[in-house]
Amino acid sequence: MSIVFDRPHALCDIPTHYCPGCTHGIIHRLVAEVIDELGIEGKTIGVSPVGCSVLSYEYFSCDMIEAPHGRAPAVATGVKRALPESVVFTYQGDGDLAAIGTCETVHAAARGENITIIFVNNTIYGMTGGQMAPTTIPGQVTQTTPYGRDPKVQGYPVKVCEMLSQLDGTALAARVSVDSPANIRKAKAMIKKAFENQIQGNGFSIVEVLSTCPTNWGMTPTEALERLRKEMIPYFPLGTYKDSPSMKTEENTAERN
Amino acid sequence: MNRVLMKGNEALAEAAIRAGCKCFFAYPITPQTEIAAYLAKNMKTRDITFLQAESEIGAINMVLGASSTGVRTMTSSSSPGISLKTEGISYIAGSDLPCVIVNVQRAGPGLGGIQPSQSDYLQATKAIGHGDFQVLVYAPSSVQETVDMTFRAFEEADRYRMPAMILTDGFLGQMMEPVTFPEISPEKFEKPWACTGHRNERSCNLVNSLYLKPDELEQSLIKRAEKYETIKKECTDAEIYKCDDAELVIVAYGATSRVAKSAVNQAREKGIKVGLFRPKTLWPFPEKELNEACKSAKKVLDVEMSMGQMKDDIRLALNCRIPVEFFGRTGGNIPSPAEVLNMITKISEGSL
Repeated sequence: MSIVFDRPHALCDIPTHYCPGCTHGIIHRLVAEVIDELGIEGKTIGVSPVGCSVLSYEYFSCDMIEAPHGRAPAVATGVKRALPESVVFTYQGDGDLAAIGTCETVHAAARGENITIIFVNNTIYGMTGGQMAPTTIPGQVTQTTPYGRDPKVQGYPVKVCEMLSQLDGTALAARVSVDSPANIRKAKAMIKKAFENQIQGNGFSIVEVLSTCPTNWGMTPTEALERLRKEMIPYFPLGTYKDSPSMKTEENTAERN
Repeated sequence: MNRVLMKGNEALAEAAIRAGCKCFFAYPITPQTEIAAYLAKNMKTRDITFLQAESEIGAINMVLGASSTGVRTMTSSSSPGISLKTEGISYIAGSDLPCVIVNVQRAGPGLGGIQPSQSDYLQATKAIGHGDFQVLVYAPSSVQETVDMTFRAFEEADRYRMPAMILTDGFLGQMMEPVTFPEISPEKFEKPWACTGHRNERSCNLVNSLYLKPDELEQSLIKRAEKYETIKKECTDAEIYKCDDAELVIVAYGATSRVAKSAVNQAREKGIKVGLFRPKTLWPFPEKELNEACKSAKKVLDVEMSMGQMKDDIRLALNCRIPVEFFGRTGGNIPSPAEVLNMITKISEGSL
């Protein structure tokens, strides 16, 4: 008998701390599968955020660094500038990347920093118990928006891919979802492209993954996936917002030479 | 390059390259800008990478990332910028990473002013971020010493796996003096903990400051505290000047010590038995050396460009055995030798 399904080598064999039905597990697995398929575990350095995935360093079998809240893109920049031949990725949630770390994210993109960012958007602060996130949708009830997010009071969500796609340094900005097997396959292909981009020296790549938080949304895992489809995807449309290898264009090459 | 005339900030930058600094990250701020400008100019021909960060926070976290890979790395800023870096400094210390941080001090608080100051003494030596930790703090008083201490900061940061700070000021950073660069090659430290990619040859490395179990966090803090005790024994440094028979000892560091030394020389000419004690390391504070310098002292005079931030360290080092007076100018003002001499005279006449 041959093995047809196994744990990726880049994913450690330890019990998960994530809540039942949380889609972080799927996304971790996709990243690990891509690292395996590209054969880059030995030269990959991952950067963990602060948030639910703060412990992501326990799940990946490559070298890992735990960054301060929001600072993962700056930490990744330091790693990449010191070791340009390494493969560097960050794994960040919406509070980490789009609120406290907005500055680090935007400028890493603007520099065309040759790194890969996996951005998990579940429209809520999970680890601290369900507060409003920079991506909380208008009307969404959270611990700190108990009457629903009111744009007149709390303003509007940040659409990260749309925003970063405006920057010349961004090579790839794409939004995917892990709500169905078909979308999971598409998500993996995009994550792989984001890593391949880096290996080819194409510049800054970010994949935003729409994700669920059954615990803090107060839903069953099935209901949570339904909410993702019915409420999140219409507000945060899936798709590739930018796909142009910024650092490989002829004019850039000419300038740099 | 033998003896050359250089500005303090530029000499520091040159020393960093020679000490093997591979990555430098900074954000512009007066009066430290020459460090970045010098390194930017040199990065095409020398083995150093400079990146201007989007913020002080960005710069210190780039240092965290680069240090995690095992290379020598540095950032520089001035007082308000250092405040922004303190988050990252705490994480770097908590992750046991070496790095060098330069603070070319200016007057505070808030935006303060752009003139020289020594008002970050307490921040540097007591609380440069949240949590139980220390950074090594060196206080040069000349351009030559700025160079020498830059080498030393990189060495000791690597040796003890912790951040080292060069606490200079706008006066020393902007001043030009002749300087000689030592012909030494930087010591190589093994860094088996570094995140360089495991190459399928070792288990994965983790750079981290998170310990969710209180006992584990406590153990890490105890271990670090033990290291600090070793450093207190091994690393204190001070200059003792004309203290043998001194009845009054002035304690001053950095640029202020130069003013104090002039005042001591003038007072000696008048027959006043006064000496100078100059801490070269502010953390660890040279307690033993201060007690030696104060053997015959009846009074101590603390002179600073602050409101007296070092005074408590002096009193504690002396176990409050000797009264400590204070004279300071601040806000960007520098004490004059005449002002210090006036204080010396008053104290020696017993009118203070």
